[in-house]
Amino acid sequence: MTVRDVVTDTEALTMTFTAEFDAPVERVWQVLADARQLERWWGPPEWPASFTRHDMVVGGESHYVLTGPEGEEMAGWWSVTAVEEPTRLAFDDGFADEDGTPVESSPVIDTEITLAPLPGGRALMTTRSRFSSLEAFEELAQMGMEEGMRFSLGQIDALLVEQS
Amino acid sequence: MCNHMVVHTSELSDAEVDAIFHALADRTRRDIVARVTEREQSVSALARQYAMSFAAVQKHVAVLQRAALVSKAKRGREQIVHAEPETVRRAKALLDSYEHLWRSRVSRIDALLAETPTTVDPPPKGES
Repeated sequence: MTVRDVVTDTEALTMTFTAEFDAPVERVWQVLADARQLERWWGPPEWPASFTRHDMVVGGESHYVLTGPEGEEMAGWWSVTAVEEPTRLAFDDGFADEDGTPVESSPVIDTEITLAPLPGGRALMTTRSRFSSLEAFEELAQMGMEEGMRFSLGQIDALLVEQS
Repeated sequence: MCNHMVVHTSELSDAEVDAIFHALADRTRRDIVARVTEREQSVSALARQYAMSFAAVQKHVAVLQRAALVSKAKRGREQIVHAEPETVRRAKALLDSYEHLWRSRVSRIDALLAETPTTVDPPPKGES
C-alpha cells in the first residue's frame, strides 16, 4: 500500500486522498461491497464498526454502530448516491441516534470513492470527502467525544510509526 | 459517523502548540507575522526589511507555514505571504484529522487484502 497523494482544500472543505493497493479493482471493490469486510476497516482504531444494514444501490442505506474502548456506542448511516460496480461509489455519511434513525440536523460528509486499474493487477483508490459545515463538525467534536478522539489519534500515530 | 472521533478542532494538539510557540519565539518571525497580518506581501518585499539574505527570510517563512500561522501562494514570479485566518486554521485541523483517519483506513484495507491471496497458485503439473 502506498499513499500517493493527499490534497486538502480549506475553502471547499474537501479532502482528496489517493492510495495504491496491491490487488485488482474487483478485489478492492469487495472491501466496500461486503459488509463483513467493510466493518474491518471503516471504524477508527479501537472503534470497530458493525454494519447492521448495507444496501449498495442508489437510494439505499447502510447503518452502522461503532463500539468504543469502554463499550460506548456511536451510530452512523450512509445514504448511497451513486454505484458503478466496480469503479465508483458515492454516499453521504451522517450521524444516527441509538436506533439507527438518521439525525436530520446532522452534518454530512459527502464521500466519493473511485477505483481505477493500474498495471500489474494493482488498483488506485481515490477518496474525495466534502464536509457540509466546519462549525457543525466542531460542535460534534466538543460533544463529549474528546477523550475518544485523543485516544484514536494516539492509536493512529502508533500505527503510522509502525508502518514507517 | 465515526469521523468526528478523530476530529479535534476545538483544541490544538501539543505538537501544534509546540510549532506555534517555536515559530513565535523568534523576533524576526514575530515581525513577519505582524507585517503580513497588516497586508500580504512577497517574500522579496519582506527580505528587503531585514539585514539578512532572501534565503534566510524564506526559511523563517517556512517555519511560520509549518505552524500554520502564514501561508504562501505563487503569483507570477512572486511568492506572496499572507496571514492564515483562524477559520482556515480550523478547517485545516478538521481536514488533517480526517486525513489521519483515511491513512489508518487504507492500512487496514491493505492488511485485509493481504489476507486473501489475489492470485491462486496453479495446481502442480505432472503430478496426479
